[in-house]
Amino acid sequence: MKAIISVVGSDKVGIIARVSNFLADRGINIDDISQTILEGNFVMMMMVDLSKSSEQIGPLKAELDTLGDQLGVSIAMMHERVFSAMHRI
Amino acid sequence: MLYTPFEIQETVDMFLRQKLDIRAITLGISLLDCASSSGTESRKRIRDKLLRIAGPLVRIGSEIEDEFGIPIINKRVSVTPIALVAAASDEADYAPWAKTLDDVAKELGIDFVGGFSALVQKGMTLGDRRLIDSIPASLAQTDRVCASVNVASTKSGINMDAVREMGRIVKEAATLTSERDGIACAKLVVFCNAPEDNPFMAGAFHGPGEGDSCLNVGVSGPGVIKAALESCRGASFDELADMIKKTAFKITRMGQLVGEEAAARLGVPFGILDLSLAPTPEVGDSVARILEEMGLESTGTHGSTAALALLTDMVKKGGVMASTSVGGLSGAFIPVSEDEGMVAAVKAGSLHIDKLEAMTCVCSVGLDMIAIPGDTSPSTISAIIADEMAIGMVNNKTTAVRLIPVPDKKAGDWAEFGGLLGGAPVMSVHNFSSEAFIARGGRIPAPIHSFRN
Repeated sequence: MKAIISVVGSDKVGIIARVSNFLADRGINIDDISQTILEGNFVMMMMVDLSKSSEQIGPLKAELDTLGDQLGVSIAMMHERVFSAMHRI
Repeated sequence: MLYTPFEIQETVDMFLRQKLDIRAITLGISLLDCASSSGTESRKRIRDKLLRIAGPLVRIGSEIEDEFGIPIINKRVSVTPIALVAAASDEADYAPWAKTLDDVAKELGIDFVGGFSALVQKGMTLGDRRLIDSIPASLAQTDRVCASVNVASTKSGINMDAVREMGRIVKEAATLTSERDGIACAKLVVFCNAPEDNPFMAGAFHGPGEGDSCLNVGVSGPGVIKAALESCRGASFDELADMIKKTAFKITRMGQLVGEEAAARLGVPFGILDLSLAPTPEVGDSVARILEEMGLESTGTHGSTAALALLTDMVKKGGVMASTSVGGLSGAFIPVSEDEGMVAAVKAGSLHIDKLEAMTCVCSVGLDMIAIPGDTSPSTISAIIADEMAIGMVNNKTTAVRLIPVPDKKAGDWAEFGGLLGGAPVMSVHNFSSEAFIARGGRIPAPIHSFRN
């Protein structure tokens, strides 16, 4: 399945590196990525492919939460179909 | 990127900050094939069927929550009105059926089972009478069973014998649970034009016109509408209406996605989607606050009915386009105890029961979760029900009454029901008697515009 990960919070060095490393360690491929600074806030969106993920989605989310806490950002992951349902007719 | 950062942020915010959720996935199950001349046999069949069909409901619900990142607050089951199922037996007390439903729900981790119900808008069978008489004890002895009685419809009029009975039943249910502020009444709804596919409690049941089983979805999200309207301050009603419609559309699409997915995984047809702004006692999840966002100082003041009419209609319009089949109640609920803003309005003195009654003409349900003084007479409760049924009957809409005459408490006292049911100040009712009116019995005929054949 495809999922969208959003990372929002105050900018600092290494956020992309830490998140990408986290995903790579678990066999999760990044299909698409966009990152910018909006009003001083770090905003990153990633489309990822979980089909080869070494981890179940439940524990994965919990670990992303922990990573978010460590980085001082908020990380959310949702199924790609939620966005498609809401924003594409 | 397939989606713009704005789109992604909007969706993520809906869930993380604005408390958007799927309020319930409700699996409707027909129990018509569980009737038997033996009560024991009937209850065994019910148990077996529920375990077979609803067995995986909670697991599948949790899997979808995890995979999609969408919270599903309740997993529920609605069943055929028990009056129709139990009538074949010669048992007079139907409480054992309620007990069976409660036991299965607890075993499977299901939050609520709706359908301890009777449809008596035109008349009562012996089974209906027995069910109604069994309601107080059944609700007092169980935790997860919800009861409803449809006493009126646009087509049949109002069964005033049933209305009179329900005043007594509501009162009795409160008395039996007096140590918990009459909580049994929070699980009991009296309806006019009850929908057969409603996924929301306490009024959910699986109507006799439904198939063997189907999955209905109830979506909520007052917080999302409120947040959307914050960007429309000072805008005209046209703009406001359009914003509600667009937001309702987005929320409904999400519900449709979950509904189809859950139905497919359960191997049952997808029934309907019910987009109802259903508040919870949490701050940021209130329908009253949406009305206030439109420009009212406190809900209940002049303008509240117009604001609610706009809200209900636009929610329906956005929802209808977003789902393959919209049903249930779809609109906005205005319960008191379950809505932090409503409670604040009662405390502020801006909201009274008469204004609530007026607002029910344009909301999607009715007088809901209202605590009234414990010494309110059964006939006054019946009269409140009769008024609400008349509104539903004449306006061709669903209306419902869920009142809690809180034992030993008077107007202004606090009543606490806990959890999603919340708590509320006891509201005063009129002290003039309706006794002779309710004592008449019989039927209020259907309105002239019901003859549309």
